[in-house]
Amino acid sequence: MTLDLILFLILSLIAIATALGMLLSRNAIYSALFLVLNFTTVAVFYLLLGAPFIAMAQITVYAGAIMVLFLFVIMLLGAESLPKAEVLPWQRPLAGILSVALAVEATFLFITRARPLGNIVAPAEAANMTDSLREMSMMLFNQYLLPFEVTSVLLLVAMVGAIVLTRRERRVHQ
Amino acid sequence: MVPINYYIILSAILFTLGVVGVLIRRNALIIFMSVELMLNAANLAMVAFSSVIQSFSGQIFVFFVIAVAAAEVAVGLALIVEIFKTKRSIDVDQMSSLKG
Repeated sequence: MTLDLILFLILSLIAIATALGMLLSRNAIYSALFLVLNFTTVAVFYLLLGAPFIAMAQITVYAGAIMVLFLFVIMLLGAESLPKAEVLPWQRPLAGILSVALAVEATFLFITRARPLGNIVAPAEAANMTDSLREMSMMLFNQYLLPFEVTSVLLLVAMVGAIVLTRRERRVHQ
Repeated sequence: MVPINYYIILSAILFTLGVVGVLIRRNALIIFMSVELMLNAANLAMVAFSSVIQSFSGQIFVFFVIAVAAAEVAVGLALIVEIFKTKRSIDVDQMSSLKG
């Protein structure tokens, strides 16, 4: 076993364990913190795959901004845990059966259809990283310039939408 | 050298866990977090593919997915806050009527 493989196995164990912890913990705040750990692990995977910019964006946007927003909302609503009141008793077993079916289908496809797609090349070295970053930004700002600008409009629309949704209703007739 | 199939299998496992979360949890916030987990699993697969074919297109697509996820979270959490204001609960089983 090479060092890469050992690192991959340990990290994937952490990723799966934190995803399970997110699913199973009763308290929503613990779920959010488990998810932060999961996002950070995925960021390390991006580094291993030679995508340093995506790894940093993952940490700042996902683990930073998005999860902080989640924690704010959980604490604002005081919705750490729900009372145990099961309205649909058949829902949980059915969900279990369906998700096991999904997992079996996916593994079946991997075993029967997937041919070896090749190896991940070794993670980029430090000097190589700036090169890859330069190349990626050239591509982003030449070939994908219009989608990039559309993204800024999308973020603006989301901002306006969030403000409109949460603002207090003003009285129209005074 | 890690075969890319390992990354794809890990991505499938994380995606399935996200689906399980959407199906079994009743807390709207945790359902939302599970959706984020699924987006992340798809991103991981895309970065792995882009690293194998030695092209940056996959990474640029992941960049756009992250931007869209940020917008989605802003609007989605605003909706959840608004639902909490009217229903006093974020249990998805309580949201059974069309009229607020």
